[in-house]
Amino acid sequence: MHQGDGVTHLNRIKPATNAIFNIFFLVVALACFLPIIFIFVISLTNNDVIRRQGYQLYVTAETFSGEAYKYLWGQRQTILHALWVSVYVTVLGTVLGVALTTLMGYVLSRREYRLNGFMAIVVFIPMIFGGGMAASYMVNSQILHLRDTMWILILPLAVSSFNVTITRTFFRTTIPDEVIESAKIDGASQFTIFSRIVLPISKPVLATIGLFLAFGYWNDWFQAQLYISSDNLRSLQAMLNAMQNNLAYLTKNPTALLSTASDLKKNMPQESVRMAIAFVVAVPIACVYPFFQKYFISGLTVGAVKG
Amino acid sequence: MGRTEGKKRRTELAPKKRRRWTKDDTELTLLSLPTFVWYILFCYLPMFGVIIAFKDYKITPGAGFVTSLLKSDWVRFDNFKYFFGLRDFPQILRNTLLYNVAFIILDIVLPVLFAIMISNIYSKRKSKTYQTLMFMPHFMSWVVVTYFVYAFLITDKGLLNALIRALGGESINWYFEPKYWPYILIIMHIWKSIGYSMVVYLASITGIDSTLYEAAVLDGASKFQQGRYVTLPSLKPIIIMMFILSVGHIFSTDFGLFYQVSRGANQPLTPVVATFDVKIYQMLTSNSVSLGKTAAASLFQSVVGCITILIANGIVRKVDRASALI
Repeated sequence: MHQGDGVTHLNRIKPATNAIFNIFFLVVALACFLPIIFIFVISLTNNDVIRRQGYQLYVTAETFSGEAYKYLWGQRQTILHALWVSVYVTVLGTVLGVALTTLMGYVLSRREYRLNGFMAIVVFIPMIFGGGMAASYMVNSQILHLRDTMWILILPLAVSSFNVTITRTFFRTTIPDEVIESAKIDGASQFTIFSRIVLPISKPVLATIGLFLAFGYWNDWFQAQLYISSDNLRSLQAMLNAMQNNLAYLTKNPTALLSTASDLKKNMPQESVRMAIAFVVAVPIACVYPFFQKYFISGLTVGAVKG
Repeated sequence: MGRTEGKKRRTELAPKKRRRWTKDDTELTLLSLPTFVWYILFCYLPMFGVIIAFKDYKITPGAGFVTSLLKSDWVRFDNFKYFFGLRDFPQILRNTLLYNVAFIILDIVLPVLFAIMISNIYSKRKSKTYQTLMFMPHFMSWVVVTYFVYAFLITDKGLLNALIRALGGESINWYFEPKYWPYILIIMHIWKSIGYSMVVYLASITGIDSTLYEAAVLDGASKFQQGRYVTLPSLKPIIIMMFILSVGHIFSTDFGLFYQVSRGANQPLTPVVATFDVKIYQMLTSNSVSLGKTAAASLFQSVVGCITILIANGIVRKVDRASALI
C-alpha cells in the first residue's frame, strides 16, 4: 500500500460535506440525464391527455398509449430511410475522415520529409483563419456543385486541423524513429510502413479520431439545413430538424390559412410522435457513449500535448 | 565549448537542408496528397472566395460562376459599409461579445468548482457515475436538445409552466418573452458543456502530486485551505490557457445554441439571441441580401476572429511557451 494513504484517508472532507456533495451531484447528473427520459414519457402518453393536461412527468395505465410508436412503425419506410442515410453518412464519413486525417498526421510526423514545413503551414492556417460560412457555401454549391448530393454531408466534415494535430502528436510520441528507419533499411516503402507498422500500433488514436468523427456525423444537421432540399437525402437529425422548422413556421403564422400551411398542419405528426422521433434519434447515442467516454477524454488530453 | 557544439550542429544540419529529393519524399507527398487536395478545396478555395465580399456579384448570362464573379464590378468596401450600417449591427455585436464574456467566466468558475467538489467525494464509483451522466448532453445534437427545451418551455403543455401554475403563478409565454432568453441560453450552454469541461480540470486535479496535500495537512491546512493554496495554484496554468483560448474565440458563437434552441431566432427573440453566426446565416438564406454582402459580414467575423486568436496566442506565448499555438 502507498505510504501516503493513511494521511489521505484522514484528509477527507467531513461526512456531512460528502453527503451534501453527493446530493448536489445527484441533482446535477439527473438534470443532465432526465430530459431524455422525459421525452420518452411524453412519447408514451396518450395525445388526448397531452392536449388536456399538458406533458406528464410519468405515465400510468390510463395515460399510456403506444400510438406514437405504432405511427412510427407505419412510417417505417421514411424513418428507416433516414436512419439509412444517417448510418451511411456516418460510416463512410468516419472511414474517409480517419484515412485523410491519419495520412496527413503521419506525413507531418516525419520530420525528415522535404515538404514537412509547407504541409504544416497548409494544415495550420485554417486553424486561425477561414473564408467564413458565405464563401464556403458559395464554393460548395457553385464551384464544386455539391448541393443536394450525399457528398456535401460527408466531405466538408471529414478533416479538421485539430484532429490532424492529434494524430501527428500521437505518431511522433509513440512510434520510435528506429522502427521506421529499420523498416526502410529492410526496403519497405512509406505505404507499407504506414499500413503495416504505423496503423496497427495506433489503434487508440484511430479510435479517438473515429469517435470524434462518428459522433460529429451522426449529430450533424447543419449541412443538411444549408444544402439539402430533396427528401431522400434527409438523415434522422435533418428529419427532426425539418419537423421543428415546419412547426416553428406554423406557430409563427398561426392564422395562415394558405394551402401550404394547412397541408403542413395535416402532415404534422402529433406531439407524442415528434417526441418519439426525438427519442429514437437520441437513444442510440445515450446508450453507446458511456462505453466510448474514455476515448473522448484521452483525445482531449492528447490534444493538449503539443509535439 | 557551447559555441563549438553549436557550430558542429550547424554543419551537420546544413547539408541536410540542401539534400536531394528522395524516393521517400515522393512517397510521403503521395500519401499526403488526398488530404492536401481536401484542404485546397474546402479551406483554401473559400479563402480566395472572399473576394466576392469586394464585388457586386451579378450573374453573367451563359457564363459560369467564376466568370460571372470575375466580370462583376469591384465595389471596394461598400458591402462592409452595408453590414456595419445595419440597424441591428450594434445589437449583434453586443450579443456576441456579452454572451461570450458570460460563457468565458462561467466556463471556468463552474467546471473548476465542480471538479474540485467531485474529486472530494468518498465513493469513486459514485463520482464516476455522476461524471458519466453529466457527460450525456455533450453527445446530444442541438436539434435534439431543442426538443428537450421545447418540452420544458412550451406555453400550454410545458413542464415549467405546469410547475409555475402548481405554485400558484401565471403561465409564461417563454418563446415570446425576450427578457428570459439570455438566462435560458446561458443555462443551456452550461448544461451541454459542464460534463465535458469538468473532466478537463478533473484530469489535472488527479495529476496533482499527493505529497503536496500531505504536506499541507501536516501544516494544519483545512480542506478549504488546501483547495485555495494547493489545488487552485496547480490548476492555474490550465485555467489561464482555457481563458485565453476562449478569449481568442470571442467573435464566434455556437450557431446551434443560438439558432436552434430559440427555434429559429425569430421575432420577438431576435434582439437578444442574434449573434454574428445567426445573422450571417439569416443573410445567407435570405433572398433579398446579396451574396457579396453576406460574404463581407462573414469575412469581417473571420478577420476579427483571426486577430483575437493571434493576440491571445501572443499572450499564451508570454505565459507558457509550450502551450502556444504558433
